[in-house]
Amino acid sequence: MEKKYQDIWVFLETKDGQLKNVGLELLVPGRRLADATGERLVAVLIGDGVTALADTAIACGADRVLVVDNPAYGRYETERFTRAMEELIGRHRPSALLIGATNNGRDMGPRLSCRLRTGLTADCTGIDLDEESGNVAWTRPAFGGNLMATILCPNTRPQIGTVRPGVFKKPAADPQRKGQLLREELEPAAPMTRLLETIHLDQSETVDLENAEIIVSGGFGLKGPENFSYIRDLAAVLGGQVGSSRAAVDAGWIPHTHQVGQTGKTVSPKIYIACGISGAIQHLAGMSGSDTIIAINKDPEAPIFDVADYGIVGDLFEVIPALIQEIQEYRTKQ
Amino acid sequence: MNILVCIKQVPDTSEIKIDPVTNTLIRAGVPSIVNPFDTYALEMAVQLKERYGGTVTVVTMGPPQARDALKHCLSVGADRAVLMTDRAVGGSDTLATSYILACVARTLGPFDIIFCGKQAIDGDTGQVGPEMAEHLGIAQITYSAGVDCQDGQVQVRREVDDGWEIIGADMPVVITVNKTQTEPRMATLMSKMAANRAVIQELHCADVVGMDMERVGLAGSPTKVKRTFTPERSKHGVKLEGMQAPDAARELVRLLGEKRLIS
Repeated sequence: MEKKYQDIWVFLETKDGQLKNVGLELLVPGRRLADATGERLVAVLIGDGVTALADTAIACGADRVLVVDNPAYGRYETERFTRAMEELIGRHRPSALLIGATNNGRDMGPRLSCRLRTGLTADCTGIDLDEESGNVAWTRPAFGGNLMATILCPNTRPQIGTVRPGVFKKPAADPQRKGQLLREELEPAAPMTRLLETIHLDQSETVDLENAEIIVSGGFGLKGPENFSYIRDLAAVLGGQVGSSRAAVDAGWIPHTHQVGQTGKTVSPKIYIACGISGAIQHLAGMSGSDTIIAINKDPEAPIFDVADYGIVGDLFEVIPALIQEIQEYRTKQ
Repeated sequence: MNILVCIKQVPDTSEIKIDPVTNTLIRAGVPSIVNPFDTYALEMAVQLKERYGGTVTVVTMGPPQARDALKHCLSVGADRAVLMTDRAVGGSDTLATSYILACVARTLGPFDIIFCGKQAIDGDTGQVGPEMAEHLGIAQITYSAGVDCQDGQVQVRREVDDGWEIIGADMPVVITVNKTQTEPRMATLMSKMAANRAVIQELHCADVVGMDMERVGLAGSPTKVKRTFTPERSKHGVKLEGMQAPDAARELVRLLGEKRLIS
């Protein structure tokens, strides 16, 4: 008899021998699914010199870690990684696979699901068990965040989904947790592409929004690129990162790496402050999971107030400096 | 060089509104456009053709009204347009769609490069391009911001999280395209008139070579939509209105301090 498909897998993407946060974040919904179905949560680590990272995966919730540690996997290449996953899936037959929706995750996911002729759901924001059918219920935004759809993959296995970084919060590591490390040997597939050169962004243009605890974002209400200084000043006082709406990026006021929203980054900081951002659905789709949302906008009818925990209706050019002063005064009184 | 560009006609999602009473999407009156990422892919293709010669074919799978999208493509540099339309392909998910488009590419080809937008703004999946590459058994390079080619090879500037990679691959290859610095060209009055007169080739399933009908439409789609809903947005937070900026700022800081949100 054919071996039954079981276990929930999470693909742990690495870069330069380090775990990307999104993989650890996915251990959260992965753990929940595994507990609900009574299966194991298995983390998959493919890279060069990555064996030691298995401890982190176990501490963060994995029951078992499959490790392919081989210099051939030192960097992501579509065919090589797709073939590796195909082989591992063939050997172990997981029922579901979660992949971080990074550019590389979204490169591998469709190639792999197509090869396995199974279903893939992209950019999920919710992952649950469909009680009725026992399938994974993948929920994702569509139509620029205007509509949510829940997708099932009932007849083929594994069920595969990608999840954007920042949707789930990285679990706290428990060093006492025990798990099993399983080494896998693979014959690396011949690559179909060649890396000719790597170009790094200027440090000034990189921004880690997905892991930020506080984000201060500016939008079209800033009226011009020079006024991002208001946003930067408030972010600096709070120790936060600078984000932006698509409108400000499209206007060329700030690099796209700062963009929050359906076509930018999905973020869930502890505090998100939206300044001069009206709250187009496509922006809300990227930040409405934040713990506390603060909106500053001139227009009392702006949709951003619908998702805000705290809102100030007013001119941001007056409100932000006042806010900075009040925060500093509050701190001196503490 | 023979280039295929796969495009999709999509509703302009920035124009979509929610009916406040029924809480459903209002689709009526929403303009249809060529998926913006596809327009950048087409511009890239046309520029390669202008540099190295060859032809640019655009293809879309969709209902008859998708002809309008193809006409637009003809008016901005495509040489030939093909509409794949058939009731049997309705309900196709990305796996089935990519299978159909791969079969169409085989029927119309061979092509040296197949371009797609990085994703469509209605579905936002970004899966059809890589899945086509897999069906065709050729290389894929996703998230391209620029491309050049020589001696049967492409060099692609690919966006990654902290910068770019320059990736090389042999042709044929599938390349998916992000927005680039080069804005797509505009149609002229003359080019629009020419596009209006152009013949759009129509394909049905029976015209496509070697298509397995069990792999198309709903039957060929492993994913099923269980339900759709509009996201709940209303939070009923505290709104400070009609106050002077310093007073509002002080009150906000007090509220945040109470919740220990600032320290």
